[in-house]
Amino acid sequence: MIPEIGHFALILGLSVAVVQGIFPMWGSLTGKSQWVALAKPAAFAQLFFVFISFLCLLYAFLTNDFSVKYVATNSNSQMPTIFRVSALWGAHEGSLLLWSLVLAGWGAAVAYFSKGIPAIMLSRVLSVMGLIGVGFMLFVIITSNPFERLLQIPAEGRQLNPLLQDIGLAIHPPMLYMGYVGLSVAFSFAMAAMIGGKLDAAWARWARPWTNIAWMFLTLGIALGSWWAYYELGWGGWWFWDPVENASLMPWIIATALIHSLAVTEKRASFKAWTVLLSIMGFSLSLLGTFLVRSGVLTSVHSFASDPERGLFILIFLLVVIGSSLLLFAFRAHKLRSMGTFSIVSREAGLLVNNVILVVMTATVLLGTLYPLIIDALGSGKISVGPPYFNSVMVPLSILLFIVMGTGFYLRWKKDDPKRILKKVWIPLVVSLIAAFVLPLVTVSDFNIKTTIGLFAGSWVSLAAIMWVVSLGRSPFKLPLGTWGSVIAHIGMAMTVIGVTLVSLYDTEKDVRLEVGQSYEMAGYNFSFKGVESVKVDNYVANRASMDVTKDGELVSAMHPEKRDYGRDQMPMTEAGIDAGFTRDLFVALGEPLGNNAWSFRIYHKPFVRWIWMGAILMGLGGLLAAFDKRYRRVRKVKVVDDQDVDLSTAAVSTNSPKTSGAPA
Amino acid sequence: MSKKYFVPLIGFGALVALLLFGLSNDPKLIPSPFIGQPAPEFKLPKMYKPDETISVSDMKGEVWVLNLWASWCVSCRAEHKVLSRLIAEKKVPTVGLNYKDYGTEDYGDDALQWLATLGNPYTAVAVDTKGMAGIDWGVVGVPETFVIDKKGIVRYKFTGPVYPDAVDDILIPLIDKLRAEAG
Repeated sequence: MIPEIGHFALILGLSVAVVQGIFPMWGSLTGKSQWVALAKPAAFAQLFFVFISFLCLLYAFLTNDFSVKYVATNSNSQMPTIFRVSALWGAHEGSLLLWSLVLAGWGAAVAYFSKGIPAIMLSRVLSVMGLIGVGFMLFVIITSNPFERLLQIPAEGRQLNPLLQDIGLAIHPPMLYMGYVGLSVAFSFAMAAMIGGKLDAAWARWARPWTNIAWMFLTLGIALGSWWAYYELGWGGWWFWDPVENASLMPWIIATALIHSLAVTEKRASFKAWTVLLSIMGFSLSLLGTFLVRSGVLTSVHSFASDPERGLFILIFLLVVIGSSLLLFAFRAHKLRSMGTFSIVSREAGLLVNNVILVVMTATVLLGTLYPLIIDALGSGKISVGPPYFNSVMVPLSILLFIVMGTGFYLRWKKDDPKRILKKVWIPLVVSLIAAFVLPLVTVSDFNIKTTIGLFAGSWVSLAAIMWVVSLGRSPFKLPLGTWGSVIAHIGMAMTVIGVTLVSLYDTEKDVRLEVGQSYEMAGYNFSFKGVESVKVDNYVANRASMDVTKDGELVSAMHPEKRDYGRDQMPMTEAGIDAGFTRDLFVALGEPLGNNAWSFRIYHKPFVRWIWMGAILMGLGGLLAAFDKRYRRVRKVKVVDDQDVDLSTAAVSTNSPKTSGAPA
Repeated sequence: MSKKYFVPLIGFGALVALLLFGLSNDPKLIPSPFIGQPAPEFKLPKMYKPDETISVSDMKGEVWVLNLWASWCVSCRAEHKVLSRLIAEKKVPTVGLNYKDYGTEDYGDDALQWLATLGNPYTAVAVDTKGMAGIDWGVVGVPETFVIDKKGIVRYKFTGPVYPDAVDDILIPLIDKLRAEAG
């Protein structure tokens, strides 16, 4: 009964989304205010029904209702409760339901926090989001119904892929979806602005906090995925340039570009068409990511059950959403004339360089990801380009990006004087150069140009950011949250880059054979193998090794790497023993028994690997702080636009007020 | 109206064409590396006569089918009727490769009960408790169905549960064709 209620609630949610997608938009174009007023309650109702549907599926998982096919194929009664919950989004059907729920959630959030936004604009935004919801819920109901029942009820379910029975991966998909779907908000604002033909800078101001939050979720989601791969796959790697990873990286890079370009559009009424295009691209790449993951056109370590019918549905959906938005863009973009002019040395120019580099990076990743498909289309068989391609293109681009990034803080809007800039940046520039050359010599007494470049990029950006915020000369408590957010996020980026550089260049890895009692030495640490015991936990049995790590005779850590067997038809899983530290990780993975009390081990020493994820956390924090800047909650300026919005016939007139364009940084 | 604003749309059009191509190239249809190759040998105990074995060379000289199944596999239950119909209709000798099931700690003799309840369509059931033969055959999931010709060459691989249309449109014509070939 409960699954049927869930199915029915989802159909109701779809019906509400249809109403939300059509009537407010129609009303806004024909001047029917009752129809416009439908938008908000419809957004809440959609969330209500989708949430009920989600709860019903959750109930089926928690009560081990194996009459539901999706539950029976992804969960069994032996699994701990937390993984029975996360099994809900462990496969295709459920993750799409989560997508729909998150989308409905974002829609309701926009409706709720919309005090400053004119009703006409809001109705269009919610309409666009409603239409996207229609597409996704149709997808669930037509091709991937998670509530389908089995005729013969199995006594026990299969189980969730053991790789996914992990806390990091339990929260990774929801985070990532929050980010993916969050980009639909900026997209919907851009679409609404184009439909109205009223292309002032106001929409950019409304879209900014939403974009920041979406970006925060994307950042954290990607970092979680990378962290999970690091400790769960047992290869000690943290990024593989896998198609599915790339699918999440592309919207992230575009969202980063969008955050910066929205700032220019809001404050300088410049880059208007470009910002709209980035909003479209951001969400389009999210959809493309979904397509790549779900259709199985590319092979990946994430390969879930692929199904061409589903792939075709997403492709048609992609075609409708992206095609119509780009068509609208093609016909409306010429109205998006940018107001401000700027000289070659100015903040606008700096952000333009930022945007160009980020878009080139995205194109690079897209090309690399689709390359196997292109080659296949040309009839030369299946191949993949792999890390060498990505690294050789992305690294030089990043270096350029970092040089501009540090300078960007000091640049003034419109026109700046190179001499003034030089006066401001020479201290962080010189200090970071010295640090970059001297630090490696002192610590590892080795010179490597790659280390120097990485250290320079990291210290230059963070120093520039810190000295900039200090030079503002205001009490830290009076600084706007936007400023704090920016500084923290850029320091986070710097940390990540330093982590990436150092771990890529200085990690050590060794496969060793150890008998009980033997030990191995690496990077000053002594790894001593104490033995292996068998343990049984509720969802698996494992061989657990004990390994004592000592440095200069003192115990650093007692590690317990495991080889887990989840039974059934599952592959054995490696659970690495990791001793995490601020400046290094020690990582031990248990291999196979070699007889005679000997086992094979893989031992890693990974300097500064944790900085990669700590940097991501700082970036996320920065995005969050910036989204809560007081400026976005002010209603006054928006009111002016509201009055003018009543007259829809003059919609094409740009209402860019001098007040908006003259706003300080 | 400036033409340059159509550039993103055109780029997207090219992307869609590429993706459409990718979609029509179902990865499941990518030939398994075993197709056209001699069937990987195994020698496994029979489920009902544990002291006898069944091997690939025993099957030489006729067109036969290898079906990978297990009692824990939900989709095997789904394909069982369809597969039984194929076997009965074409009288094609079929070896059921019982994969990581019979004799394991978790399942014991579940497989025997499974066949007792649903019926046993197989000519012989080979027991692969450790899944070694499965590895040799490049198995990615259960169920999988292979068709092997008279010379012992693997000619076709079906991933996932066979459905009625696949039996009528692919498997039956293929078996007829292979039977017509010289041994």
